[in-house]
Amino acid sequence: MTRNRLATVFVLLVMTLAVFGLAKSGLPAAAPFAPTPAADQSVADPFTTMMKVLTHQRCVNCHPAGDRPMQGEDSHYHNFGVRRGPDNHGVAALQCLSCHQRENNDYSGVPGAPEWSVAPLSMAWEGLSRVEIAHSMLNSANNGGRSLAEVVKHLTEHELVLWAWNPGVDADGVPREVPPVPKAEYIAAVKAWAAAGAVIPAE
Amino acid sequence: MKITFQINGIVQTVDTDENTPLLWVIRDLLDLKGTKFGCGKAACGACTIHVNGEAVRSCSYAAKLAAGQHITTIEGLAAGEELHPVQQAWLEEIVPQCGYCQPGFMMATAALLEKIPNPTDEDIDANIVNVCRCATYYRMRKAIHRAAAIKNVNQ
Repeated sequence: MTRNRLATVFVLLVMTLAVFGLAKSGLPAAAPFAPTPAADQSVADPFTTMMKVLTHQRCVNCHPAGDRPMQGEDSHYHNFGVRRGPDNHGVAALQCLSCHQRENNDYSGVPGAPEWSVAPLSMAWEGLSRVEIAHSMLNSANNGGRSLAEVVKHLTEHELVLWAWNPGVDADGVPREVPPVPKAEYIAAVKAWAAAGAVIPAE
Repeated sequence: MKITFQINGIVQTVDTDENTPLLWVIRDLLDLKGTKFGCGKAACGACTIHVNGEAVRSCSYAAKLAAGQHITTIEGLAAGEELHPVQQAWLEEIVPQCGYCQPGFMMATAALLEKIPNPTDEDIDANIVNVCRCATYYRMRKAIHRAAAIKNVNQ
């Protein structure tokens, strides 16, 4: 019995060192989180489903790699030279809130949602592959110190994220494109992916 | 929907559709014509007002959002008979040509100077992105620097 316990402790110690070793070396772990029984088996490829949304312009436009957010289906730089600003909410007299309010404005065609802002630079997704985005998303140094549960909560409950399925109309009254996956399917995919251990493929 | 807010120091209650742009409440219901309609899509800045001191494009601001807020329009920028430094500078530099867009520029500039008392040309370029079809930008830039100087002397 004692021998078995010692063996168990040794295995756990080796696993812990391996995880810390990987983290320290900066190499991504293939399966950073242990699977849980709650994994939803009904979603065939949850990672791909989730990433179809997260790589869509409705998400990436506000996760720029530089100082300027993007807009439009072609992800052009935001008109008027709009800047990120010191707190990701624009500059002194040209804040996000100068034009974007808590909901879409169908008269002006200006989109809006609660907490409208540019994602912090550490959360830049522009130019990254889906695998790179996933690694960044799970890296607490990049994601604002969020745990996996907090990442899932942000991805599936935050009003600004879910605005992607209610993006309103543009200045010409034309509805903006929504992500290529229905909202319910996306949410199920995120939860299934996380529950299965948040495995990031090697591609 | 009845909406109550303070505008230029006076509490007002209006009865209007909740999604009417605040611009039209200001112009048509409150008869304050200084705030202009330019593009209607938050691009030109002619309709810029202050909401709790922040520059906001009123053509893209639903009336319901104004409830309980402090609104300032160009009519409320001066302190009684004393012109705001931005207005004084605009006069001294003889900025306007046709004048239509100028209230929006002045409101944006006033908001800028509250946060950046001595803006550089780069600050001006980043913050004041309104559109003037008469292209008075050169005189406006001079006036913004002059307004900063006037404001700093007054303080």
